[in-house]
Amino acid sequence: MPRGKTDPKDSARIVLANCGAIDPESLDAAVAAGAYEGLRKVIAERIPPQAVVDEVTRSGLRGRGGAGFPTGKKWSLTAPGAVKYLVCNADEGEPGTFKDRLILEGDPHELVEGMILAGYAIGAKEGFVYIRGEYTLSIERMTRAIDQARAAGFLGERILGSDITFDVVVKRGAGAYVCGDETALIESIEGKRGFPRLKPPYPGQVGLWGCPTVVNNAETLANVPAIVRRGAAWFRSFGTPASPGTKVFLILGDVERPGAIEAEMGTPLRTIVEEHGGGVRGGRRFKGALIGGAAGAFVSEKQIDVAMDFDTLKTQAGAVLGSGSVLVLDEDASVPKLLDEVLRFFEHESCGQCTPCRAGAPQLVRILRRALTSERRGEDLDRLVALARVMRDTSLCPLGESPILPVESAMRHFRDEFLTCAVPVGRL
Amino acid sequence: MERYPATRTNLLEILHEIQRAEPRHYLSEASLRAVAEYLGMPLAEVMDAASFYSMYSLTPRGRHVVRVCVSPPCRLFGGEALLKALKERLGVEVGQTTADAAFTLETSSCLGACGNAPALMIDGELFEDVTDAKAAEIIDRVRREDATR
Repeated sequence: MPRGKTDPKDSARIVLANCGAIDPESLDAAVAAGAYEGLRKVIAERIPPQAVVDEVTRSGLRGRGGAGFPTGKKWSLTAPGAVKYLVCNADEGEPGTFKDRLILEGDPHELVEGMILAGYAIGAKEGFVYIRGEYTLSIERMTRAIDQARAAGFLGERILGSDITFDVVVKRGAGAYVCGDETALIESIEGKRGFPRLKPPYPGQVGLWGCPTVVNNAETLANVPAIVRRGAAWFRSFGTPASPGTKVFLILGDVERPGAIEAEMGTPLRTIVEEHGGGVRGGRRFKGALIGGAAGAFVSEKQIDVAMDFDTLKTQAGAVLGSGSVLVLDEDASVPKLLDEVLRFFEHESCGQCTPCRAGAPQLVRILRRALTSERRGEDLDRLVALARVMRDTSLCPLGESPILPVESAMRHFRDEFLTCAVPVGRL
Repeated sequence: MERYPATRTNLLEILHEIQRAEPRHYLSEASLRAVAEYLGMPLAEVMDAASFYSMYSLTPRGRHVVRVCVSPPCRLFGGEALLKALKERLGVEVGQTTADAAFTLETSSCLGACGNAPALMIDGELFEDVTDAKAAEIIDRVRREDATR
């Protein structure tokens, strides 16, 4: 196992409770650790689907894919229909993010159970878990877990003798960041190129094969068994009133101990960097961080005490929680160099469907590079922000709407560095 | 291919399997035509998907595909140097195949190993914290295994 998967200083563990502690290829080990107890409870106590939706709504669980939309509300907004689908989004392509991989590799039965409970709650009999094609081991382990669960009667028709019918199919991605968008992911499951759809209609109304579909992130679904088993009030004992529960944070970059940790929502950035990450490498100064991946935002050293939850990051730091990735930069790190890499990522991953993103993403790279060699850097940097704004306002999907986040926050905190840095840009 | 029911939802899976089984790890026109026929789809629509996803190749590759992660975190923490070292070691640019058809060098937008950057993948196997020496060792090992096969 890579380092950092089990950090003794984790303040709270729900999602990763069993990761690293049990044999992920053994159903018996998972069951001994509590797997499928939420499902057994629902069956034994004859809890109706709406009560599961209500419990998740009361828990305040919000989507862990980045948007933070209330999960119970998403489930409630699903249109009625004879055929519905549940989709688990495990297409984790956000740079700096590997939380879903930890769940898929470390505790796949937790995710299977979360999918069964979510499927039951929304009235879906079939679920798909869409895993990015690069995740060989995740695909193997999830496939094995599903086969084991089916053989043991946790999946299939009349689960454990009840009226519940649900089954899960693994779908493999093939290398496209844009498929992390729920509508592009649906297109991909249908066997097409991953072009995002226009919204509305949302997948809850018109989703997979035109049927009402709920798409939830893997980390979101992995929280569901514990909520069903232990209740909304217990879940709310973690985190903040507006962002209850825990979050898996990925600590990267210039820290002593890079890796993944699970901590309560609202944990200060300082605690994550200094306690969990072991501090900035070599005792150097904390310059800032890129939070949330490429589609994330920079914070500066002044914001190191910000609470890491959906709302506080936005209101107090103009940033986003996103996937929970925290890329730490020390005093020598070059923000222009990092922004260049981020913009090249978007250039590569723009799917080409809508013009603002297809034409805009390569232009962002060009404008930044020109800015760093031009006599009038300030004007070019303003142009960079203006173009990213146009992309945000006019693109079809979150991919084209995202570059404004790193671009604008980089200019807000580090504009001086962009105005003065030598070319070629320094270390990193 | 026949292991999968002939419905379009299995297209990506079928393309993955054909490419894996093909010694040069690519999707030939003949195999794309066969898929189109099997699924009852126009060839253009099979091509549409096959050409969209970065894990599929429409041209022959080496017996082994080396994918170096170029996500921003990997690039910043050794990935840039690693890619340069691999180019020199294999004597190819990104997208090219060595003269002995052993290796094709590619990049990946993110391998999800950012906590252990830099990372690379060979034929689906992930390697983390890859130093130049470790990369050389991995390449040599794959060459030796090929020679004994």
